[in-house]
Amino acid sequence: MGFEDLQHNFLTGRIEDLVKWARRNSVWPATFGLACCAIEMMSVGAADYDISRLGMEVFRASPRQADLMIVAGRVSQKMAPVLRQVYDQMMEPKWVISMGVCASTGGMFNNYAIVQGVDQIVPVDVYAPGCPPSPETLLHAILTLHEKIRTGEITRRPGTSIPPGEQATGGWVPTVPDAVRVATPR
Amino acid sequence: MSSTTSPTSPAGILPEVPRLPDRLVDQLAFPPRQTYKQMVVAFKDSGFETCSDLCAVDYLTHPGRALPDGVKAERFEVVVNLLSLSMRQRVRIRVQVPESDPTLDSITDVYPGTDAMEREAYDMLGVVFADHPDMTRILMPEDWEGHPLRKDYGVGRVPVQFKEAPGPR
Amino acid sequence: MSDHEHHDGHDRGEDAQTEEDAEHKAFEQEEARALVAETSEGAQELMPRRTTSAGELRQEVGAVLRLPEGGFVNPGDIDIERRDDQTMIINMGPQHPSTHGVLRLMLELDGETVLRTKPIIGYLHTGMEKQGEELTYVQGCTNVTRMDYLSPLHNELVFSLATEALLDIEIPPRAVWIRMLMAELNRVSSHLMWMATNGMDLGSTSMMIYGFREREMVLAFFEKTTGLRMNHNFIRPGGVAADLPDGWQDDMEVLCDTILTRSYEYDELLTGQPIFRERTEAVGNISAEEALALSVTGPILRSTGVPWDLRRTMPYLAYDKLDFDVIVGSYGDNFDRYSVRLNEIRESIKMIRQITEMMPPGDYRVQDRKVTPPPRARIDESMEALIHHFKIFTEGFRVPEGEVYVAIESPRGELGCYMVSDGTSKPYRMHIRGPSFVNLQALPLLLRGGLMADAVAVISSVDPVMGEVDR
Repeated sequence: MGFEDLQHNFLTGRIEDLVKWARRNSVWPATFGLACCAIEMMSVGAADYDISRLGMEVFRASPRQADLMIVAGRVSQKMAPVLRQVYDQMMEPKWVISMGVCASTGGMFNNYAIVQGVDQIVPVDVYAPGCPPSPETLLHAILTLHEKIRTGEITRRPGTSIPPGEQATGGWVPTVPDAVRVATPR
Repeated sequence: MSSTTSPTSPAGILPEVPRLPDRLVDQLAFPPRQTYKQMVVAFKDSGFETCSDLCAVDYLTHPGRALPDGVKAERFEVVVNLLSLSMRQRVRIRVQVPESDPTLDSITDVYPGTDAMEREAYDMLGVVFADHPDMTRILMPEDWEGHPLRKDYGVGRVPVQFKEAPGPR
Repeated sequence: MSDHEHHDGHDRGEDAQTEEDAEHKAFEQEEARALVAETSEGAQELMPRRTTSAGELRQEVGAVLRLPEGGFVNPGDIDIERRDDQTMIINMGPQHPSTHGVLRLMLELDGETVLRTKPIIGYLHTGMEKQGEELTYVQGCTNVTRMDYLSPLHNELVFSLATEALLDIEIPPRAVWIRMLMAELNRVSSHLMWMATNGMDLGSTSMMIYGFREREMVLAFFEKTTGLRMNHNFIRPGGVAADLPDGWQDDMEVLCDTILTRSYEYDELLTGQPIFRERTEAVGNISAEEALALSVTGPILRSTGVPWDLRRTMPYLAYDKLDFDVIVGSYGDNFDRYSVRLNEIRESIKMIRQITEMMPPGDYRVQDRKVTPPPRARIDESMEALIHHFKIFTEGFRVPEGEVYVAIESPRGELGCYMVSDGTSKPYRMHIRGPSFVNLQALPLLLRGGLMADAVAVISSVDPVMGEVDR
């Protein structure tokens, strides 16, 4: 996009805000429902926990048209290369939400068949715990992702040094504004 | 094995084994490998229209199980559960399969529904079914080595440790 | 795959194939090969006809009953009018928009017509049977409940019934009736989910929203009773985990009335609608003999006309005390399967009303302290209670040696559990007979001769849940 070489300044600030606003208000998920968490993901897409109000009800079948991959469910050894291929086919900017404990860490299945955490295959932005996470938890994860987009960089700037303590999150420290301060799901 | 067996006394050895609660008393049969398929055909002819389930068990760490006289315990056992809709009855056939030669006749031409079940028994335990049309793995990737449900195959448990998430992309 | 890259080369005329182009093309082909190799499953995939054995070809075209005596079929006899280069092998990959999980289908198509099918499964294999051998009987339900994740209570029920059969214990009547109530509610929610996804696959997004709306009512009751919307771990060996909440009869009344009224709305939306009828009638036909040969059970078998429902023919729990009908179809097509499931929702509602009236009072779990843990309050008072609690949750209870096969009627068919016990506190072998695993074998038969668009509808009407297919 050509912004990599520009320093942050007043002129680019406005444009960056606009870009980030556009990006976070129409994040289109790719269908990557694998197991039980997929059912909760579909519930989030349905009427009671509508994600259409966030602009996300269009689950794109083609990864080329999707921005977000919600890995919902346990990833088996056979599925891992497929997961990576689908991720590689997505266009930048792209994000990954790891939904459920099986996707985050392997969950209760610590055995030969399940990849212990999808972050071994793709870089994850938000982890949503639960088995399965209730739709409110997934909505919280999506809103957290929106915050990350709002406060983050619009392009990756290679070579920017990040202090070791913040290495894991790429320098992003979550500021939890009121919009995200939802009650703990019951 | 004649095919005029009445359904209440299946052909073959009907053992004296510890009985289960009445509601679930299944008839058990323990044919030798050579006559296993004949027995299955006999059951099919006498009214057992469908095969509910076919699975295999690895008795490596439990060799002293209860078996009738005359049946030699082997490492693997293939268990076939047949169901008769007309007589509302189930029958269970248990065949001993030795470790040195883990093969058994396939019954897919008698009950086509056992196709996927036999592939799973092969994949998980390594019991090869002769004359099966497609004896390949079904659940594990094609290039996987080993048969996961065998008792000498570990669970594959990863020691749980707290680790930092991998770095930014 | 890389043909579109070279259109400018063709424009250049005679000298289009320069060395650079040829090298680039070779590089692209190598890349494509490497990409496919990463996700290729070798012999598990559908191969071109000339490299496939006769037996396998028979399977892939669904020739279930037409097995020749002593069989050797010339592979060329199958689809002899269509040459190999006139057909196309395509892959409906494990990730696809039809919300039936990670099923991979390879199809050989002649235009839009499906000739051969091969489902490739295993993309959700979780090693649950191996995991079951590592967990105690108390913990086992948490494992099996995640197999068929649309009807988790049925998985727990079959595991508990198998364990109780080996333990040879009787559970109190109230526990039996609570289990039946939960099982029927789960059948309603599973069939509603099926109607939602089936509607979606046929193009009716409203049906998706309606189905989920109704399902939320059932899930709200589950959350009230068991604590979770899905994967409850509620039905445990010895009874159930907790008693029903106060006021549950009113909840049931509201639920039954609402869902029954709305099921008539679905008739208006779908059953009478001409496009739906055209798309589902005479599509995906299967006959009773073929279904029995393939060990297919559940709504698919009942849609062919065979009145086989384990709740009626081999009753478990207290189903022989309830008055309900077994819904049977006639033609074994998609429409019959839809009708069977819709009417099963109504029958289940009828059963839930009867259970609400006939629920006996009493304990919700067996009082045998070796099997069920004591109430939490007792642990502070009694040393023995504390010891029992400790033993049950660390070591688990020991189950006598034996083996048993128990089967129940889940919304998808006969769900069975073959359990072998060696006298310790963990199962020696826990094998679950998943109905979807067996029902998927009918796919080549159902899809043969149909169109690509029908393939999606047929897969949806078979109602596979990949969790129990792959375990």
